[in-house]
Amino acid sequence: MEVGQMQRRLVDYTKSLFMEGFLDAQFLQLQQLQDESNPDFVVEVVSLFFDDSEKLLNDLTMALDQPNVDFKKVDAHVHQLKGSSSSIGAQRVKNACIAFRSFCEEQNIDATLRCLQQVKQEYYLVKNKLETMLRLEQQIVAAGGSIPMIELGF
Amino acid sequence: MLSCGGGSGGCSKDMAVELGDEPHVLAVDDNLIDRKLVERLLKNSSCKVTTAENALRALDYLGLGNDTLEGTVSEVNMIITDYCMPGMTGYELLKKIKESSVLKEVPVVIMSSENIPTRISQCLEEGAKMFMLKPLKQSDVKQLKWHLMKCRN
Repeated sequence: MEVGQMQRRLVDYTKSLFMEGFLDAQFLQLQQLQDESNPDFVVEVVSLFFDDSEKLLNDLTMALDQPNVDFKKVDAHVHQLKGSSSSIGAQRVKNACIAFRSFCEEQNIDATLRCLQQVKQEYYLVKNKLETMLRLEQQIVAAGGSIPMIELGF
Repeated sequence: MLSCGGGSGGCSKDMAVELGDEPHVLAVDDNLIDRKLVERLLKNSSCKVTTAENALRALDYLGLGNDTLEGTVSEVNMIITDYCMPGMTGYELLKKIKESSVLKEVPVVIMSSENIPTRISQCLEEGAKMFMLKPLKQSDVKQLKWHLMKCRN
């Protein structure tokens, strides 16, 4: 596949992530922070997000598995995850965290367990999408092309 | 979204930064991703950045901590801190800074992911220069830098 085709494929793929709500405008902020002096900024931040999120999801699983659930602790973890996902523009993860926090407030064990599943699902979805997107970028760069900047209508 | 404190005199000329100097900002946040983001945003606005992962580390760095080592106190031109942090909050950190004769003139900016009007006014009343809503954007930081440099002139 030649570079132009790869670039078009990347643009279409990235646009779909915005259209489907996986990413929001904050992700564009991250991309704009990447330049010649910081060529790997997006990859670095996204990798940090993956590591941080997986640790938080493990902590959440353990915290909700206790006989007496400490909802304050659970809420603190969700707050962290909400913050990180919001900062990188992972909109659906962020929204799942918002719902999660309201059930923590109610101390509703069944609902919070469901929320945990929901957050995990959204996380793995966006992780998969971002990895695919970054792989496409890598292929373009390896073929000597440059990453096209996305222009969005909103 | 930015909320600014009312003008209360100017900034001390001890904190004056020559035009062309890079202001030194201490950024405090317990979230690793947010620390990385704020650092990049500030560096993009030509600031020198030091990060701290909690308020106690920040106080040590500023020379107000229990564990501050002799001769390691660094001068900062601005402190930007998250509000919600475990242990000491950004608000409590702000109070400690304003209580210090050495540091009370250093502008402190509070960041939060939650838009709570009482929280905002509480911070501004305690002397915060500005309150910013997370996630931060480049335009927020540019405006911040402009306010900071305006103090100098």
